[in-house]
Amino acid sequence: MVGASSSWSRALVQISPYTFSAIGIAIAIGVSVLGAAWGIYITGSSLIGAAIKAPRITSKNLISVIFCEAVAIYGVIVAIILQTKLESVPASNIYAAESLRAGYAIFASGIIVGFANLVCGLCVGIIGSSCALSDAQNSSLFVKILVIEIFGSALGLFGVIVGIIMSAQATWPATT
Amino acid sequence: MYGFEAMTFNIHGGYLEAIVRGHRSGLLTAADYNNLCQCETLDDIKMHLSATEYGPYLQNEPSPLHTTTIVEKCTLKLVDEYKHMLCQATEPLSTFLEYITYGHMIDNVVLIVTGTLHERDVQELLEKCHPLGMFDSIATLAVAQNMRELYRLVLVDTPLAPYFSERITSEDLDDMNIEIMRNTLYKAYLEDFYQFCQKLGGATSEIMSDLLAFEADRRAVNITINSIGTELTRDDRKKLYSNFGLLYPYGHEELAVCEDIDQVRAVMEKYPPYQSIFAKMSYGESQMLDKAFYEEEVKRLCLAFEQQFHYGVFFAYMRLREQEIRNLMWISECVAQNQKSRVHDSVVFIF
Repeated sequence: MVGASSSWSRALVQISPYTFSAIGIAIAIGVSVLGAAWGIYITGSSLIGAAIKAPRITSKNLISVIFCEAVAIYGVIVAIILQTKLESVPASNIYAAESLRAGYAIFASGIIVGFANLVCGLCVGIIGSSCALSDAQNSSLFVKILVIEIFGSALGLFGVIVGIIMSAQATWPATT
Repeated sequence: MYGFEAMTFNIHGGYLEAIVRGHRSGLLTAADYNNLCQCETLDDIKMHLSATEYGPYLQNEPSPLHTTTIVEKCTLKLVDEYKHMLCQATEPLSTFLEYITYGHMIDNVVLIVTGTLHERDVQELLEKCHPLGMFDSIATLAVAQNMRELYRLVLVDTPLAPYFSERITSEDLDDMNIEIMRNTLYKAYLEDFYQFCQKLGGATSEIMSDLLAFEADRRAVNITINSIGTELTRDDRKKLYSNFGLLYPYGHEELAVCEDIDQVRAVMEKYPPYQSIFAKMSYGESQMLDKAFYEEEVKRLCLAFEQQFHYGVFFAYMRLREQEIRNLMWISECVAQNQKSRVHDSVVFIF
């Protein structure tokens, strides 16, 4: 784009695509783990308190914690996939259109996966807390609330699928 | 932000909320009450209660049981649970839990002052005080001669200090003034608690507002009915009503001028939630009013457990436990005095 030598669009395209890629990978793993940890403490504190009066609920309700943990694993997997997409290009090609595209693809993929896993972890955590408390009062409720949790954990999977599709776009210009 | 408590409540309150819900599952059910109502002697009651959560507290009592012993041990269980929760709680939950006991503190203060007025022994009175409302210098209350001394000597160091306003005069303490003092303190306490819950915001403020509003309205009706025919003037009566609740301000205006129970009923029937309570009583009957109010209160307290991530469950649990202890006391008294036909007059089933 042609314009004055100081404009925002020019500033954005002068940022190295490797910066965007690195931030994308960091967000993929960092924010996913944030979501998983948030979910685990929400479930865990209720589970511990409820298990004092109803010790039978402990083993079954660890499933909620496992669903939250799965969210962190998605983040790790996607981060590893994304970092394999990183390639070095010669200095003359760093700001070529195709390099920028690859950088942005990795960035977007990281954001998708990170934030999808953040809300998924939160969702599963809150449901897991209610599940533990309800199970302590009435054990027939556990399986029904587990179904809600399964739907909740599907949200993280959607994020991972789209993120991986995005990262397939990350083709750097061929080194000639 | 209302609606998003689920994200951060469990950091400080998750464990205790789960514990209080566990305690709630130990409340006596209708089946337990049916068994207890069939008992012939107090030993039968003890045997049935030992199968419930009260077991460890009652099993070491020697055989000629008194009703006061049963009630005392059950209250002890409540106090133990409360203290356990209080020592685990952080702010603001710990302040909230302390607020729940200020009502008992007020009752204890009035008990000791009244007892001293009637020349009872201080030790005997201290034993009758509710354990949740004890504070360190409570025995010194027996020394005070009028309200100002009461405040200066003892109450200024307790949490009740801000509830003594300039309206407490230096009149001598007699029965009428003590009742007025009790109601004034309780009014200030309810308003303070209400403001505190409003500041907490979110689901806590919504649920507690409803519960406290019902409490304020119930006290307004009781004050009105109890002061019919006494020397309490209309203005004095109006000063004892709290400044929140469904009846504020128009219901209070009307209640202040009521001179008998039918007029009270006419006022209350204008408010749909209370219409059903008053409809249960036929004209001229006020004994069932207490039970009707308790039933309505229990219904609202049980509803507080429907929502998660708020502090109302702690308040609701304490009140439900106290109702259960009242039920046990009534059943024990009926059994001890051989009046089993009257047992169902005053037992409010929780589940």
